[in-house]
Amino acid sequence: MAWQTVDTGRLLLIMVTALLVITAFAMTALSPKFHDWHVAIAFGLYIAAGELLRLVLPGGRQAAPIAMSAALSYAMITTIARPLHHHAPAAHPHHVEPIHGAPPWQVVLVAVVGMAIGSLPHVAAGRRAGLTGMSARLLAVASVAFIFSTTGHLIGTPWLELGIVAMLAMLGWLIESLISAVIRADDLRARYSVTLSDELRVQWRLGLAVAVSTIITIFGAEVMGLAELAVFAGPLLVIQFAFRRYAGIRATYLQTVRALAQVTEVGGYVDSGHSRRVSRLSLAIGRELGMPEPDLLNLEYAALMHDIGQLSLAEPIPGGATLLVSRADARRIAEFGAEVIGQTGVLETVAELVRFQSLPASGSVIPPLGSKVIRAANAFDELVGGSADRDRTAAAIARLKQEASEYDPEVVAALATVTDRLPITRL
Amino acid sequence: MRRNPTLKALVALPWVPGNPCFELGGEDMGRLSWATWLYFAAIVSAAVAILAQIPFNSADPEFWVTCAALALLFLVCDSTPIMLGDREWAWSPSSAATLAAVVLLGKNGAIGAAMVGAVAVISIRRKIPLVERLFNGAMYAVAGYAAGTTFLALERYFNRGDSHFLDVSSITEILRGVEPSKLISHTFEMAFAPFAGAAIVHVLVNHGLLWGMVLLNRHNRATPPQARPVWGLPLLLASDVGFAALGLVVAALWVEFGPFAGAIVLVPLHVARWAMGQFAEDQRAHAATLRALCQAVETKDFYTRGHSERVSHGAGMIARQIGMRSDRAEAVRFAGMLHDVGKLGVPTKVLQKVGGLTEEEYAAIQLHPMRGLEIVREIGFLNEALTGIMHHHERMDGRGYPMGFAGDEIPEFARIIAVVDAFDSMTSTRAYRKATKIPDAIAELRKAAGTQFDPKLVDAFIAALERDGWKPQEPAEPRGHEILTSQDHDDPIAPLRVVGRT
Repeated sequence: MAWQTVDTGRLLLIMVTALLVITAFAMTALSPKFHDWHVAIAFGLYIAAGELLRLVLPGGRQAAPIAMSAALSYAMITTIARPLHHHAPAAHPHHVEPIHGAPPWQVVLVAVVGMAIGSLPHVAAGRRAGLTGMSARLLAVASVAFIFSTTGHLIGTPWLELGIVAMLAMLGWLIESLISAVIRADDLRARYSVTLSDELRVQWRLGLAVAVSTIITIFGAEVMGLAELAVFAGPLLVIQFAFRRYAGIRATYLQTVRALAQVTEVGGYVDSGHSRRVSRLSLAIGRELGMPEPDLLNLEYAALMHDIGQLSLAEPIPGGATLLVSRADARRIAEFGAEVIGQTGVLETVAELVRFQSLPASGSVIPPLGSKVIRAANAFDELVGGSADRDRTAAAIARLKQEASEYDPEVVAALATVTDRLPITRL
Repeated sequence: MRRNPTLKALVALPWVPGNPCFELGGEDMGRLSWATWLYFAAIVSAAVAILAQIPFNSADPEFWVTCAALALLFLVCDSTPIMLGDREWAWSPSSAATLAAVVLLGKNGAIGAAMVGAVAVISIRRKIPLVERLFNGAMYAVAGYAAGTTFLALERYFNRGDSHFLDVSSITEILRGVEPSKLISHTFEMAFAPFAGAAIVHVLVNHGLLWGMVLLNRHNRATPPQARPVWGLPLLLASDVGFAALGLVVAALWVEFGPFAGAIVLVPLHVARWAMGQFAEDQRAHAATLRALCQAVETKDFYTRGHSERVSHGAGMIARQIGMRSDRAEAVRFAGMLHDVGKLGVPTKVLQKVGGLTEEEYAAIQLHPMRGLEIVREIGFLNEALTGIMHHHERMDGRGYPMGFAGDEIPEFARIIAVVDAFDSMTSTRAYRKATKIPDAIAELRKAAGTQFDPKLVDAFIAALERDGWKPQEPAEPRGHEILTSQDHDDPIAPLRVVGRT
């Protein structure tokens, strides 16, 4: 049962999108005329460029802020100043007809073609095509285009239009986030409410930038014409660059901690692969318990480095089995690990999680949830040692359940759910 | 990886378009040469002469309102620059406000832009000395005036003197008018070419005046230029001109929303600024974490505490001395930090052994660069640093390990680390000997240059040492419970002894 839902959300999304695309092609083919070719091409290229410059935000989220902003602009732009002929006598300016907004189906079509063109190089380079992300963006743009086409008669003053555009742009962002959150909840087997709040927290700044860029593009083009797209491209690239670096360093940070956490393995202190397995298991338990993303990140770091304190030992514990050492030793190791992590001066929360992992779940000091998760995950991994054997897993969980004072029953229940759903090797 | 603050201030300058962080004032003031003062005075008096033309008696309220709003926009932008990289340079879109003034103020554009630029004097960024404030304000005033004059001249040229350009009063008329689209499109199209000219002039004057200051000050400092920035000057200028285009966007939005246009434009810029801030924060956190984990590895061996950190620092010194690009210099510092991480794979009893090693034990020690590589291989950003970690025990004569590379076959990073690694080992206390004095260690490096070390890098390191000095390991006696080793594989004075070899 668990397996089928994984694909249902994604499948449904892609089918709805496919239906939308086919209808868009049909409706545009049937409509008597294609409005303003040059505008459509300009925005289509803009969308393609934005799709080419996709970002991977923290948490592996894919975003294409420039493409989104360009598509939203095309959905809501109503007037574009036309270029003048240079030979025209300046004293007799040409009559400039305002361009009316493109019909919603045409907007969908242009967005689809732009996104497809922009994603081709990604496919050619062997990266993921990003169908899910594009579908989410497309549905958001389509919704905005249709809603906007019904508000056309309301527009009188620039201020009113500004309000409508701002609201609809934010709505577009909200729709994209909602869809992404549903898909993410499916993928990560997390609660929908949690993924939605994660999504909004991670994306709201970018969403704001997209919405305001849409406003700037629309109203700038009303005055400046299509040249505005080129003029505004520079600042947009700087913003994009800023986000790219931010997302990049986040990924690097995680990579570094993951790699360096292996020093205990190379030093023969723990089983090879132990840190990674504990961190993956901890993450899965944390998600099952509904922990929000920032907590999960700390949990991941702490789980990766939970054995770093063993470096203070002259000789490794045989088999790395911290279960077998005395409670005082375990505390000393945890204390030292926390000290090492605390020296970074930035990972205080992580250090705390590592410090309290040696405490029993119900003692005089109640350890934070993350510590309890790591404690249970660590014990489980030492008992089963990365094996996916069902009987061994069941026996290990039974043992952890018995020691309710040591291991938080709620955490162990989550552990049981998680390992029941997928064998440990596939988490 | 401490940096010399004066040094940073000096070299940060040219890479800070539209936002000079020049430490002219403060304690450094006494050291400024008379040429610098003359230059400074010339620019300030030019600015004063320009600002003297302010039409104080102008009764046009639009002029003053627009100027004030743009000055405010300038102030906000200038006070909150986007820092790129490790504070190497910053991007402030404040020139957008100046250039918007050029477009919006019509025939008063030049003086208006100068007024807007002069606001840099009261920038609310902290810790800017008065001299620097005055210089910034004067520089922007001059740049704004030059841009405005260019704009008006080009506008007259392109439109054959028949100026139909918008200024604030005609904008107001349009806003009140019934049929705005004709006039607006007409005039905005006419603004493109003159605006491009004005933007280029603004960027050139801005950079030119800053460069002048740098050149005049270069000889004042005992420090050499820091590692070269990653981005070349042409690219920087091009992107700066591209960013100046925001001025036209502000002007276009101004037509519809008045001063509110400034507020609209600020939103995405501040989002970008937030992202850059986060980036810088995470970058520092990342470096700190790396350092802490390396220290944790060193706790295994009392005598080599702080070794990674010092090798990293020394590798950075060499990189700066040979003028390495800043991204590579950073990578070599990381390589220095991580070079011995694989030592953890060497059994403690081998490290602690007194007397000669067996062939197997020696082989275990020789394996540590590969072990280190194994650990850090998956860290994507290390790239070239990986070669430094893997080959830091190669020798120029080819008798090193693990590959036995010789001469130029050895990657540059590895050659750099080899020099600093040996130097730090010699100048640190070991169980079997006291620390070697720095001059003696330098002599040892010289002696081994050509056979063990790259002579060029040895020279560079010695030059850097003479300039910056060296802070060796603090001599401390083990307190008893630490793990003590009686071998140091890095020590060129007392190389590892293998039983049965001569």
